[in-house]
Amino acid sequence: MTELTKLTLAAALDGLKAKSFSAREITQDFIQAIEQSRVLNAYVVETPEKALAMADASDARLAKGEGGKLEGAPLGIKDLYCTAGVRTTACSNILGEFTPTYESTVTQNLWDQGAVMLGKLNMDEFAMGSSNETSRFGPVVNPWRRKGDNRDLTPGGSSGGSAAAVAGDLCLAATASDTGGSIRQPAAFTGTVGIKPTYGRASRYGMVAFASSLDQAGPISKTVEDSAILLEAMCSHDPKDSTSLNIETPDWRSDVAKGVKGMRIGIPKEYRMDGMSEEIDKLWDQGIEWLKAAGAEIVDISLPHTKYALPAYYIVAPAEASSNLARYDGMRYGARVDGDNLASTYEATRAGGFGAEVQRRLMIGTYVLSSGYYDAYYLRAQKVRTKILNDFVEAFESCDAILTPTCPSPAFAFGEKSGDPVEMYLNDVFTVTANLAGLPGISVPAGLSSGGLPLGLQVIGKALDEAACFRVGGELERAAGFVAKPEKWW
Amino acid sequence: MSARTPYTIKGETGDWELVMGLEVHAQVSSNAKLFSGASTAFGSDPNCNVSLVDAAMPGMLPVINKFCVEQAIRTGLGLKAQINTWSRFDRKNYFYPDLPQGYQISQFAHPIVGEGEIEVDVEPAHGGEAYSFPCRIERLHLEQDAGKSIHDMDPNSTYVDLNRSGVALMEIVSKPDVRTPAEAAAYVKKLRAIVIALGTCDGDMDKGNLRADVNVSVCRPGQYEKFRETGDFSHLGTRCELKNMNSFRFIQQAIEYEARRQIEILEDGGVVDQETRLFDPVKVETRSMRSKEDAHDYRYFPDPDLLPLEFEQAWVDKIRESLPELPDEKRARFEADYGLSRYDAGVLSADAEKADFFEEVAKGRDPKLAANWVTQELFGYLNKQDIELSDSPVSAASLGGLIELISNDTISGKIAKDVFARMIEGEGEASDIVETHGLKQVTDTGAIEKVVDEIIAANPEQVAQVKEKPKTMGWFVGQVMKASGGKANPKAVNDILKAKLGL
Repeated sequence: MTELTKLTLAAALDGLKAKSFSAREITQDFIQAIEQSRVLNAYVVETPEKALAMADASDARLAKGEGGKLEGAPLGIKDLYCTAGVRTTACSNILGEFTPTYESTVTQNLWDQGAVMLGKLNMDEFAMGSSNETSRFGPVVNPWRRKGDNRDLTPGGSSGGSAAAVAGDLCLAATASDTGGSIRQPAAFTGTVGIKPTYGRASRYGMVAFASSLDQAGPISKTVEDSAILLEAMCSHDPKDSTSLNIETPDWRSDVAKGVKGMRIGIPKEYRMDGMSEEIDKLWDQGIEWLKAAGAEIVDISLPHTKYALPAYYIVAPAEASSNLARYDGMRYGARVDGDNLASTYEATRAGGFGAEVQRRLMIGTYVLSSGYYDAYYLRAQKVRTKILNDFVEAFESCDAILTPTCPSPAFAFGEKSGDPVEMYLNDVFTVTANLAGLPGISVPAGLSSGGLPLGLQVIGKALDEAACFRVGGELERAAGFVAKPEKWW
Repeated sequence: MSARTPYTIKGETGDWELVMGLEVHAQVSSNAKLFSGASTAFGSDPNCNVSLVDAAMPGMLPVINKFCVEQAIRTGLGLKAQINTWSRFDRKNYFYPDLPQGYQISQFAHPIVGEGEIEVDVEPAHGGEAYSFPCRIERLHLEQDAGKSIHDMDPNSTYVDLNRSGVALMEIVSKPDVRTPAEAAAYVKKLRAIVIALGTCDGDMDKGNLRADVNVSVCRPGQYEKFRETGDFSHLGTRCELKNMNSFRFIQQAIEYEARRQIEILEDGGVVDQETRLFDPVKVETRSMRSKEDAHDYRYFPDPDLLPLEFEQAWVDKIRESLPELPDEKRARFEADYGLSRYDAGVLSADAEKADFFEEVAKGRDPKLAANWVTQELFGYLNKQDIELSDSPVSAASLGGLIELISNDTISGKIAKDVFARMIEGEGEASDIVETHGLKQVTDTGAIEKVVDEIIAANPEQVAQVKEKPKTMGWFVGQVMKASGGKANPKAVNDILKAKLGL
């Protein structure tokens, strides 16, 4: 493996523009790295020919001094994004060999800026999971291992393929998506940076839907600056998505280096939870110290409804999913399992096509929307959601951004948490609030656990204030000086 | 207008009355579907008007078609209804192959149009007098149509045509104000006339672009009044919903059958099950489609892919300003401006094409004469021959020409009927026919006097008789008309005869 794959997105773009190397060269290197890293199971579709064709087109544009903001940059695409002519299954059996004739708006934005597609990245089935264990293609393996322990660890989920590919230098950066923490948690588990923007910043058109009111696209990258570059390219107003915001996308890159002097950073007391590991607590305190030292003012805040966030999330998200996934009925596309009649065909198709976790959530969602239960569950969860949003609105009166841990623990081994769904759902405890409230949240690697695994800190910003996330995230990145890379064992 | 009289059905155990509320599905006149850009053209090859959104491909999202919203507002204004500037789309979840998303996007909790009222004009079928009654509208909401399942192309498979999938429908729900089968049909007719006048639905029932579900229940006399006083539905019987009827005749037949079926059950000591029933026009009966127990749990919830539908009152006001004249307003104007009877005004204002035709005929001419000729002679002929007004062999201008000849005494009304028959045969304009066949009325008193003198001279017995019995003068009139080939001016004949006979 060459050094080109180790470059940050920012450095690679500079190198391409300066013609220090060609798009074809860097793409070739990534194709080779991907081939040699199949044990990680990060990619579920590799598109080397397409990648080289796109790279050559980029080289032609670069040669003429033209090209977009991502010209020649090889990226990985989460399998949630529909890509024209390339199989898209959201890592579910029910989509069979489904190959869209259309392109998602987010990926189209990337290609319009000259990015190169390396392939489709593994994920939890329909983005439902926190460990990548629910993928039809089997779990992704985290490039990181515990010190002195050869057991495979989860890269987190649902964007586990995206996080592992970035951590393992199998792409410059990747697209991901976040419904309850699916960008930020895997980023924390793999020592990478991931940001979920404000709901409505990025178009959901062409993204396989999980929970429409929570789903949001975002990048996973090696640095905060890379996330700023990629997020800007991903976001746009899209008339094809009614929930897309009709606003300009700012240039966030300059925010990364601005520092936090004069910023007020809120520390929510409700996020110090019972049973949280001491090293997570310590990391959080360390983060507070770094920001204080950089000139920020630390403010104690309260988000009193935090404890209801997870239960509310696990009602709203499955409810929407139960309806969003009704279209997978084997009638028009995907895998059909024939039965004796219509009802049995539906049953066989959906029983055969959906994995256990997806089925569990579809049943929960169907239940909470049922006549007689709607008011007690769905409606009440929506009220909780409003209260959580109000908590944030109030808190942001006294602070400019909120600092929390990203996850309650570092990466765990396969099977360690998959036995008890509730224990698995607890992974999302710090991240779901931002989804419920539609706020931007970034995870930045800030240190290593005692076992030598990366740990992340999360910065939550006001609605549309991704700039605050990038300022604080950039400061944490500089202060932490996090340069650790997984020791290559694969 | 006569008053509305109770409609009763005699049972074994006494009288019964009917109570009905209707749900009319009207396809919005729009080139594109409610949430996708696909065409709504009728008669295209199967699955040709289907976008990625209509086929519910992964990752596809609905985007509201503003024009459909405007059409719904326009219709709401036509129903004199409350327009809700904030409404919301919900998902109605159920599985069926012609419903690709697995849910229908509809407005369950918060419709775009609230309560309104229309005036329904009823012409009872069995010779009763025409009357009108106000029917309250409960709501109007926008929703997607489903595709079409075709079960009879293959013994083992069902084929699905998604051309209709996602087409915008307006569901218009009435309050239970309808009391007879004829009123139910008349209500649909009036709604149809309104949406056609507004241009919000083409009203083509043969294509299923306007179809009605009727909720039918029966009760004892007096119970309905108690319901209206209290709003308590327990005063009324259990209702059955008759689904998807697209003909005025079927609506009435279905209600009559269904009412008798329910009465029979109740009189046998049974209970009516709340259920959905289908009308079989061949057997002229209704049969159960699904009972309440089989009813789906639709798991309604707000569609998270769509924002609430919000718009400014100013937009509503602007649409209101652009409303065309509605059938009721037109009728009032026809009564006031042309002096027509309410009945004639109602018939002529029921649809825009008829109204326009009449107004062209009546322009600058005797409006009552024009109304008579249009409704009785022309519509009578067209109905008998089953010809559309647009295919009428006699144009409005030509009919107007005929009426002018009557008004200026060129021909008599009787001759005019003869001329009209020749116009239908394609002989040309009335004036040409009159000229060619020498049908001009004789108003020359000298000529008429001559004929009268001859007839008096030739019939001394009748002359003697008419002095005793003046009423027998009619015989002389007949003789004079006969001698003149019907062309003598009847008034002149009368006057001259009276003078000559000394009556």
